[in-house]
Amino acid sequence: MANVERPLSPHLQIYRWPITMVLSILHRVTGVGLGLGTLLLTWWLAAAAAGPEHYATAQAVLGSWFGRLVLFGFTWALFLHLCNGIRHLFWDMGYGYEIKTADRTAWIALAASLVLTILAFALAYFWY
Amino acid sequence: MAKPHKTMNTPLKRVRGLGSARGGTHHFWIQRVTAVALIPLSLLLMCTVIRLAGADHATVKAAFGNPLVALLALLTILAAFWHFKLGSQVIVEDYVHAEGAKLATLLAITFAIFVVGGIAAIAVLKLFFGA
Repeated sequence: MANVERPLSPHLQIYRWPITMVLSILHRVTGVGLGLGTLLLTWWLAAAAAGPEHYATAQAVLGSWFGRLVLFGFTWALFLHLCNGIRHLFWDMGYGYEIKTADRTAWIALAASLVLTILAFALAYFWY
Repeated sequence: MAKPHKTMNTPLKRVRGLGSARGGTHHFWIQRVTAVALIPLSLLLMCTVIRLAGADHATVKAAFGNPLVALLALLTILAAFWHFKLGSQVIVEDYVHAEGAKLATLLAITFAIFVVGGIAAIAVLKLFFGA
């Protein structure tokens, strides 16, 4: 029998995702998410411009638990896209292509985005 | 021995005689320009939104009455929607291969982005001028 110990080529379900791949996918996903999120921000701006009653409706929706959940997601998407975008700008200048560096900066971008999101919400609750 | 090429154009480009469209790096470059602009702008946007969390209507109106806040809001809207237009274009070009569907999707997204961005800009201007 031929060498059964021979590793099989990776298949999608059992493939261990490299962190760089995760961040690459998340960059695109958060980009689309932020684009859809601009609808929400525009709605909030338009409601404020339309007057106190419309603004009160927008505040009630955004201030509900579901609204806060969406805003939390939007905030995290913004910070992740921002941190990973800075990573992209360094690549554009020719830095950070070594696998070890790319792995490390991926984890840094992910960690920084979470810290900034939690910080932003802590500050928002503090002001509120 | 063949003479080496003097230009970066492919033979097909030379036959067509149209030269370079001179747009090769434009998309890439504007995406980076708006990205760099959005680093401070999005952070300032976050600060503004955090500061205005739960604020009443008068406070929001007063905040956008400040010329600096209104200007930063308009710059953020311009940079963000432009960046979004360029980014979504890349995604459509990656996944939509039929020429007609691709063109239709790109047009629809571009129009939608201009409409939504325009609404956001007018809302900021209305708050600023207090109309």
